[in-house]
Amino acid sequence: MSKIFAQGLVCPLDKNNVDTDQIIPKQFLTSVSRDGFAEAMFYDWRYLADGAPNPDFVINKPEYQGASILLTRANFGCGSSREHAPWAIKQYGFTVIIAESFADIFFNNSVNNAMLLIQLSKTNVELLFNRCQQGPQQWQIDLASQEIMFGNNAAMGFNIDADIKQRLLSGLDFIGSSEQLNSQIADYEQSRKASQPWLG
Amino acid sequence: MGQATANAKTLYQKIYASHVVGKLNPSTDLLYVDRHLIHEVTSPQAFSGLKLANRSVRRPDLTFATMDHNVSTQRRSIDAAGDTSRKQLEALAANCEENRIPLLDLTHPDQGIVHVIGPEQGLTQPGMIIVCGDSHTSTHGAFGALAFGIGTSEVEHVLATQTLPQQQAKTLKVEINGQLSAHVTPKDVIMAVIGKLGTAGGNGYVAEFSGSAIRAMSMEGRMTLCNMSIEMGAKAGLIAPDQITFDYIKGKAHAPKAEHWDAAVQYWQSLYSDTDAVFDTVVEIDAATITPQITWGTNPEQVMAVDQSVPAPGSFTDVTKRDAAERALAYMGLEPGQKLTDCKVDVVFIGSCTNSRIEDLRAAASLVRGKKVAAGVRALVVPGSGVVKRQAEAEGLASIFKDAGFEWREPGCSMCLGMNDDRVEAGQRCASTSNRNFEGRQGRGARTHLVSPAMAAAAAIAGKFVNIAAATAGEQA
Repeated sequence: MSKIFAQGLVCPLDKNNVDTDQIIPKQFLTSVSRDGFAEAMFYDWRYLADGAPNPDFVINKPEYQGASILLTRANFGCGSSREHAPWAIKQYGFTVIIAESFADIFFNNSVNNAMLLIQLSKTNVELLFNRCQQGPQQWQIDLASQEIMFGNNAAMGFNIDADIKQRLLSGLDFIGSSEQLNSQIADYEQSRKASQPWLG
Repeated sequence: MGQATANAKTLYQKIYASHVVGKLNPSTDLLYVDRHLIHEVTSPQAFSGLKLANRSVRRPDLTFATMDHNVSTQRRSIDAAGDTSRKQLEALAANCEENRIPLLDLTHPDQGIVHVIGPEQGLTQPGMIIVCGDSHTSTHGAFGALAFGIGTSEVEHVLATQTLPQQQAKTLKVEINGQLSAHVTPKDVIMAVIGKLGTAGGNGYVAEFSGSAIRAMSMEGRMTLCNMSIEMGAKAGLIAPDQITFDYIKGKAHAPKAEHWDAAVQYWQSLYSDTDAVFDTVVEIDAATITPQITWGTNPEQVMAVDQSVPAPGSFTDVTKRDAAERALAYMGLEPGQKLTDCKVDVVFIGSCTNSRIEDLRAAASLVRGKKVAAGVRALVVPGSGVVKRQAEAEGLASIFKDAGFEWREPGCSMCLGMNDDRVEAGQRCASTSNRNFEGRQGRGARTHLVSPAMAAAAAIAGKFVNIAAATAGEQA
């Protein structure tokens, strides 16, 4: 069974510890909407102080326009819990992020926005960066078979938590799935009130 | 392994197990949330989502709101925050009113930073699961509560169901024994731990802090410690509750009432890691080896003792750390080998959910008393809450700061993240008691050095960073 989760151009962001303050700076957090963050993604790196695009920043390079797969290094998304970070990345057009590791809250936030975050060993991430040095890459991501496919029958496998894979493949409503346990929630509340009445 | 070990549990595992409502998937449990704290920045989209799906707030009585991230600290008014922030604050007020959620708004005398007021109001109690759309929710782990930051989709999930899907995290024990030297504070301890483990060292773990140095800490110190456990990537920080914890909670507005108090304490006393519980990773640190810390780079692991020299990028064997150091030094305007004690500061910020509590202000004031802020330095004290502010005024700390030339502000998150108008200008160097020295965190181009309140106060007076351990030793000699 093959199911292509995503396919497209890869943008290599060769940095460790990219924090969510970099992904979307504070001044964009006063919005009450979930939309409109694409332009703000990596704002301080992407634009010069006068507002013009920074030609040296990888996202702005002509060969990476239209990229949908982001390749980066370790501890991506560390820092603030702001879900505006995955919103911005997804609204810009990335649906897959490949990295050596992710910060926990960012990881959950991204999954909750139906994004696929692929964690690979340092060695494999290095191999992928090496591929990118050979020229712009077009990859396919097969979530069902857990493979990054480079074309010409070349591929790299990846691991993913079974529950997360299931969620991404089925597209089940995050809250709806938990609501199926509503009667258990009510039972829990009752026993909680009996055993720890101070909790309310 | 023997039977005892098989049954033995860590504190984290005990709290996790007692909150399982049911199983969602083979490795995912649905956990009950005892307290949900919300604020203006990460909640509006959650409320819109609820409305869109025709859902309601399941337990408004277990939800609690405050205004903190983008409020003005000049004036306690919703109108002082600027237009877009005002709209966000109004949205929070409207959402709370519509859903009957208690809110400490700007007209309430106790309003303040969510992680300061939670404990202050007695909302934070041992054994609870506490969540908030803010990464520094880890602060509440100081009480032996499992507390962690969540995103807005999860905020919506908790509002709707009072639960959250979770998987068991790995367990990390950070055991710190021995006595801290004079002028070494909990802030220095957690910065030294982050320096040792790295910003990703705690990823996938819940960290429990234990040992004699932790037991000797006040609740405020423990909060500072747990607050920054997220800066090493840990899902949460935890400290087993003890008499210091119970004494802090007793009498607080939302603490267990008299008729439940004894039962609550009895339960809380069961909240510790069993002696034969096995942690996935254990780190031991001798408290006596910790010195006053200061960050030199652009993430919290780029930290050193204040009397050390700025490291040369070449001294890092890991190539990515070397690159990161090179980039950090360029951003920070520093040279390898430089002493930060020779480095002039432009701004001093004492505040944030890390260090804006009364003990922090006392520690800072003790170095400021009778002195003046150095010429050319802009210094701010932003108390964490209305309660802290009133107490500091009653104790005479506010006058000490004001007489010295500090600005004495209204409570809020302020210059920690500069969502309001408290920002550090590009190229300016700031001694900050906050938690993140990321590029641009305090303002585009701002150069942040994380330090303890005492170190920040000393920097304000000297106009440059000071090794307070050596300086005071000299004074006493």
